[in-house]
Amino acid sequence: MKPRYEPPKQSGAGQFFDSAFLLVLVYVALFTPLILGLTGAGSTNVMPDTVSWETLEQNEVMQGQWEKLGYTPDTAAEIITTKFDYSIDPLMLLLTAAVIIGYFVFLVRVSDKEYRDVIAEKFDH
Amino acid sequence: MVDQTSNPAAVSGAAAEPDRVGLLRVLGPVHVWALGVGIVLVGEFMGWNFSVGKGGAMGALIACWVIGLLYTCVAMIDSEVTSTVAAAGGQYAQAKHIMGPLMAFNVGLYLVMAYTMLEAADALIVGDLLTILAEQTGYDALDPKPFVILIISMLAFLNYRGVFMTLTLNFIITAAAFVTIVILFVGVQPWTAGAVLKHSDLLTDLPYGWIGVIAAFQFGIWYYLGIEGTCQAAEEVRSPSRSLPLGTMTGIMTLLIAATLTWYVCSGLLPWEYLGQATVPLYDAARMTGSTTLQVFLFVGTLFAATASANGCINDASRAWFSMGRDRYMPHWFGAVHPRYRTPYRSILFLIPIAVSFAFTGLLDQVITFSILSGLLGYTFMPINMIMFRRKWPLGSIRRGYVHPFHPIPAIVLMLLCITTFFATYLGFGTQLLAMMLFYVVVSLWFSMHRYKYVRRADQFTMNWPKPQGY
Repeated sequence: MKPRYEPPKQSGAGQFFDSAFLLVLVYVALFTPLILGLTGAGSTNVMPDTVSWETLEQNEVMQGQWEKLGYTPDTAAEIITTKFDYSIDPLMLLLTAAVIIGYFVFLVRVSDKEYRDVIAEKFDH
Repeated sequence: MVDQTSNPAAVSGAAAEPDRVGLLRVLGPVHVWALGVGIVLVGEFMGWNFSVGKGGAMGALIACWVIGLLYTCVAMIDSEVTSTVAAAGGQYAQAKHIMGPLMAFNVGLYLVMAYTMLEAADALIVGDLLTILAEQTGYDALDPKPFVILIISMLAFLNYRGVFMTLTLNFIITAAAFVTIVILFVGVQPWTAGAVLKHSDLLTDLPYGWIGVIAAFQFGIWYYLGIEGTCQAAEEVRSPSRSLPLGTMTGIMTLLIAATLTWYVCSGLLPWEYLGQATVPLYDAARMTGSTTLQVFLFVGTLFAATASANGCINDASRAWFSMGRDRYMPHWFGAVHPRYRTPYRSILFLIPIAVSFAFTGLLDQVITFSILSGLLGYTFMPINMIMFRRKWPLGSIRRGYVHPFHPIPAIVLMLLCITTFFATYLGFGTQLLAMMLFYVVVSLWFSMHRYKYVRRADQFTMNWPKPQGY
């Protein structure tokens, strides 16, 4: 029978370092795409040559609602003509899928290994 | 068959710490409702409408229904596991008992990240709303940041002082925010077609076709994200077996009503292109009616909803962080309870500046995407967890509080919907998806190679169950 595992006591400095490390990781994960300019949805914008409610394909009721919101055809044009770009890059899609699947496979396998330690200590001592 | 209750004697770590102070059990079903709905209701005031941008108004409605099915599966699975794993910590405790420490660490982080980012989004909304008000009243140069800090600081103080007052306040402001949605619905006279609402002229075909509908699933999650957080209060509820299901079910009913009313009113007043990028769509809808009274009501409703959500998020994120600290998955220092107020005060204070700093980026859809992705990872864990739960403890081997029907269909449906929603996020937000996944990969490696050595093994299993099959 394996002896019961006794974890080391972590110093205050070690606890501080671990908290700071995780905090830095959170910021890196969230700010790196911002800094590199990779955030924001992929989008396209096709502006008509002449901007008017008609060329923006807005019916009379829509025009009225835009105007109530304080927009003119010129100020609304950017919002109306910006569309999401849903074209799929197969390589990027495969890479993303591989990362997600790999992550979960890793989680399940390593968790199971650690879980066996837990169960062994809980039930075999 | 074995009793399901947890076995305190098994917690050797606790036994080794005789001065350990527990959280205070003071909450009832009303507080559980206030916690769940309080966190989520803000989603009706902002955020859900980005699904309109991705798939059109009709696409958003379809996404609302399909994601409703996802949450039905979540509720079915969660009801069985939560009613059986009678230990504090919600999905985090489930992962600890069924799958193992690394998965529990990740699930705990999903909860912290989902709620902290949601809190940041709430703070953003408060700032934007104040800016809009200032512009409408002639003060163009208002800097909303001091107000945002003030509100979050006051909520943090409230959370620091005690959970009962925190969630009592949440009940009052959440109920008031819900009432403002009902008032707006009545105010637009839905019984007189065309009088105020212009559905026949504003609703369009699917602007992106069916791929847009799938893409809309990403923000469809925002209609409901966080309702599962009610089980974070398990350790502070007087009667968990009664209060948690009652508070959660009435909460889901409230959200379904609010989501339906919100979509109906907004899609009948705002062109879909505007609605798809609006920061405060319900407030905008009130402006469109031309009624100052409705505008004031919706201003107050949006402010209250954002405040209630931030309040609930501080509560839930700090509980998850506290639980991880107590189990040594995170530094043990965070596992402290305030000796007088019995709140996880260090966790509360630690997470506040993080949320505020993200709020100040000003990027609402990015912050919401990070919150949604963390929630989505948590939902992806659930079907795996459910399959393992039934495999390790088959029906009849332990007493379950509830056995959900049609297993494994809900687990399979939930997994398929999660995969589809990952794909929906990839459509337009692929870089953020990849960045977030890499974050979780790195922290998982960090946990297994470094933090796990501080974890007391046997303490991770406190239920009085027999040994799981296959071990």
